[in-house]
Order: sequence, then structure tokens, then C-alpha cells
Amino acid sequence: MSQLLEAFSWLADPTRWSGTDGIPTRLLEHLWYTALGVVVAAVIAVPIGLLVGHTGRGRGLVVALSGAARALPTLGLITLFGLWLGIGLKAPILAFVVLAIPSLLAGAYSAVESVDPRTVDAARAQGMTEWQILSRVEVPLGLPLLISGFRLAIVQVVATVMLASYIGNGGLGRFIFLGLQLQDYPQMLAGSILVVALALVLDVALRVLERLLAPRGAARG
Amino acid sequence: MTHRRRLPARSPITTTGPVVGRRSLAALAGTGIVALGAAACSNDDPLKSDSGSGSGGSDGGGSGSGEIVVGSQQYYSNEIIAELFAQALEGSGATVKRQFQIGQREVYVPELQKGTIDVIPEYLGNLLQYLDESAAKGTADDLAKGLEKALDDGLRALPYAEATDQDSYTVTKDFASQNSLQEIGDLAGISDLKIAANPEFEERPYGPKGAKSDYGVDITVVPVSDSGGPLTLKSLMDGKVQVADLYTSDPAIVKNDLVPLEDPKVMVLPENVVPIVSSKVDDAGAAAIKKVTDALSTDELIALNTRSVDEKADSATIAKAWLKDKGIAK
Repeated sequence: MSQLLEAFSWLADPTRWSGTDGIPTRLLEHLWYTALGVVVAAVIAVPIGLLVGHTGRGRGLVVALSGAARALPTLGLITLFGLWLGIGLKAPILAFVVLAIPSLLAGAYSAVESVDPRTVDAARAQGMTEWQILSRVEVPLGLPLLISGFRLAIVQVVATVMLASYIGNGGLGRFIFLGLQLQDYPQMLAGSILVVALALVLDVALRVLERLLAPRGAARG
Repeated sequence: MTHRRRLPARSPITTTGPVVGRRSLAALAGTGIVALGAAACSNDDPLKSDSGSGSGGSDGGGSGSGEIVVGSQQYYSNEIIAELFAQALEGSGATVKRQFQIGQREVYVPELQKGTIDVIPEYLGNLLQYLDESAAKGTADDLAKGLEKALDDGLRALPYAEATDQDSYTVTKDFASQNSLQEIGDLAGISDLKIAANPEFEERPYGPKGAKSDYGVDITVVPVSDSGGPLTLKSLMDGKVQVADLYTSDPAIVKNDLVPLEDPKVMVLPENVVPIVSSKVDDAGAAAIKKVTDALSTDELIALNTRSVDEKADSATIAKAWLKDKGIAK
């Protein structure tokens, strides 16, 4: 308990809130790595997920692959990629992409699948092309589920990005690893609190976004 | 506290669990850390380490039974040395119980003081700093003298070995010859110097601050948390950093033709291997252990470590062959 209090007083120290190794810098780095990981993963996963959802083909394969990907330990991946790509950002970002893909993929195909087939049939009967059906009917109606896929991916990645510091990067993991090695547990705990707080804030913000973007009649996420 | 690999922060007991908010993440990180530890380790029974440190040694049944309990740190090289001591003691007629891979100094030093462990291989500088934070810098002899004073009654340090296992400022041979480097001070004036090291290196007396004050060298730390392991080595070989903090007994130094820079001002504390023993180790036992430390040079230690890393041989096999080779055991 006293360590928790010490962690908060560590956080309250104004000198930690400035400078190149201060909390704001580390926080921004942390967000930047998260954004990189999720965006790259989205570029790969969302089109595939939408395609799978729209055509109904390859669903079994995608489910199996993303299930398997979820089981990979991220620190193990970072070390493996690190030995291949060297220290720096590439290895951890690659690992975060692997981490984020399953949630994004699941969000994308379930978004499309959640749309009432009668609605899709109606759109087709009106002469919409398949692309129009996807982009004007399925995606808007499934948007909350798509965003909830993003939400899950972002929360997962933001909580894992601390591992980037294992291999020569910045981010909030710096405080955690340094505290751990120096047995400076208040510092480690403070770093963890920041990561948890960041994950919670992002989670809530994205939930609000899900609500706001849901069109009338859309599936609830 | 000095030491990372020998105070393994990656011990699963102390690290991940309650720290990180997300349980799944903690579990992932935990597995990774254990896997990394196991990869570099010749220990064949990972569960043993948990029981050793987790139980607080309540099962260390040394007292009264006449058997001598030999402990080791959770570090493969330390376990090999402990095995050397154990077999040497057995050779002198003692009954030995092994309690290897005990996590951290915080765990096993109290056990030594209680008498549940009788022998453990230690390192001069780290142990002295643990026992007495104000202990001054100095040569190995100074540290050994300090250790005598700092140790509790009932415990003593036997003569230390020539072998050391300490942090170093290590560079590639090419970089050393291009800049005609021999000692750490020769790095002064090279711009944009980076050293790959564990994050806490930043705070150590022999970190960037020490390099600046002792040698006038400006260097920044690139934190790579694998304690001089493969990632640290790779960052040096790739040229992402010019210097790496490797342990002097690391087989990778010889294998990759690396150059640990000399440290004439003794900025890095000498970490000679030193046996710490309880009063249960009699003169015959001490003499048996001394035969090991007398023969243990840094090159010999590197050779022992190499067998563990390359052949994945277990510590008992490695120790047996070495003792026979040195004529200490038949």
C-alpha cells in the first residue's frame, strides 16, 4: 500500500513532467508506437476481414489463423524479430501488428456478418454493385462492430507497447523496466499506472465513439 | 543494488505478476521472460528454482545433518561454479546437498546468515555493495578485505579466484582499430557514442556518469533489457551502437573477436568469483574449494560457460570434466 502511495508521489513530482525523458515525452512515444502498430495491422486486417465477411469465404481459415496469432507471446516475438531485424522500432512494431490483427479481423468480418441479410438482398435487388453494397450498406451498418474491433486492438496494443522499451525504444515501458531492474518499485508501479490509465481512457473514448457513429438501425457493438 | 543478471530481475517470482495492470499481458511477459531465461540456461529443472527461492529455504535442511548445502544464483555460470565447489567438497569426503538456482541476493543472503545454506559462489564487488553500500571502490584485494569486515559472524569469504565476471565497455575489433582504442578513456572525443546495456546501467556508478567523470567520455545508453544477451550483442554487431555492456566471462566476446576496453581507473568494481562459506565448512572443505578457485581464471570460466552455451551440457557434466582435467578430481 505504501508503495502505491510512493508511486503516486513519484507521479506528482513536477520534474518528471518535462524534459526528453519526462512523462509527456514517454506518453507520446507510447501513443505513437500504438498508432503505428494498429494502423499497419488495420491496413492488412480490415480489407481481408471485410472481404471474408462479404463473401463468406475463407472464414474458417481466418478464424483459425487469428486464433493461433492470439496465442503468440509478444515478448517472445519481439526477441525473435529483434534477433532478425536488430534493435529499434521495427521488431516491436511487427510484434504489435501480429497482436492487433486478430481483433481487427474479427471486428471487420463480424461487422459485415451482423448486417441483416434481408437488407443486403434488398440493396442487391435495387441494382447496387457488390462494392456499393459493401461500402454503402454493410460497412455503415456494421460500423459499431468494426470500431469495437479497433477498440480491442488499441487497448491490447497500448497495454503491450511497454515491451518496446525492452529493445532500445522509448515509451512508458522505460519507467517499468528501469524500476524493475533498479528495484525501484514505486517508479515501476507509476509506469504501470500510466499504462493502465491510458488504456482505460482510450477504451472509454472509443466506446463513446462507437455510440456516436452508430447509424439508426445499426447492429450494437 | 548492483546487478542485473546476477540479481535476476527476470526471476518470475519478483517480476511480472502484480505489476502490470492487464493480467494477460503479465502472463505473456512472464512466459517470455521465463523462456528467455531458460534459453540461456543449462539448468534442467526449472521448477527447482521456484521452490528454492519461493519457499524461503524452509526446506534447506542443512542443520544438524552434517551435510553441506551448496547454493547458487539463478544464473547459469554461477551454477557451474557452485557445481565445481560441490564436487570438490564431495571429493574431500563431505556430504553435499545442492540448492541451485536460488533467485536473488535478497533471498539467499538471509539463508546464509541463518545457516540453511553453507556455500555459495559470489562476486566481490556486488556482494560487498549489497552488504555495505558505502563500501569504497578499490582493487580486488581492497574489496576482499572489506568483505571480511562486512560479513556476519559465522560466515567467511575464502580466497577469491582470478576469474572475474563483470560489466565491460566492449567494442568490435574494427571499431577498436579504427579509433585505436585500448582503454575506456580512449573513447573520449568520439561523437554520438552509444552503449547498449540494461536500462539500469544509466544509474550505475560505472554508467555514463562514471564514464564522464573518470574518463571524460560522453556516452548515451540504449536500453536493451536482455542483460548482455543476444539482442545486446546483435546491436553491437549491427553497428546500431558502438559499445556494448557485456559480461567479461561471456563466450560471445571471444567468439566474435570483441574487445573489452581496459579500465585502469577501476571504474567497474572487480567481480572476482569468491566462495562464501559458513562455519560448517571445515579446513579440509575450504582447502578443497581453494583448489577450484586457484585454478579458475577468467579464461577457464569462459571455457566453462562456452560448454554450457554451445553444447547445452549440464553443470554437473561440465564440472566433472573440468575438475578431472585440472587434476582436482580423479
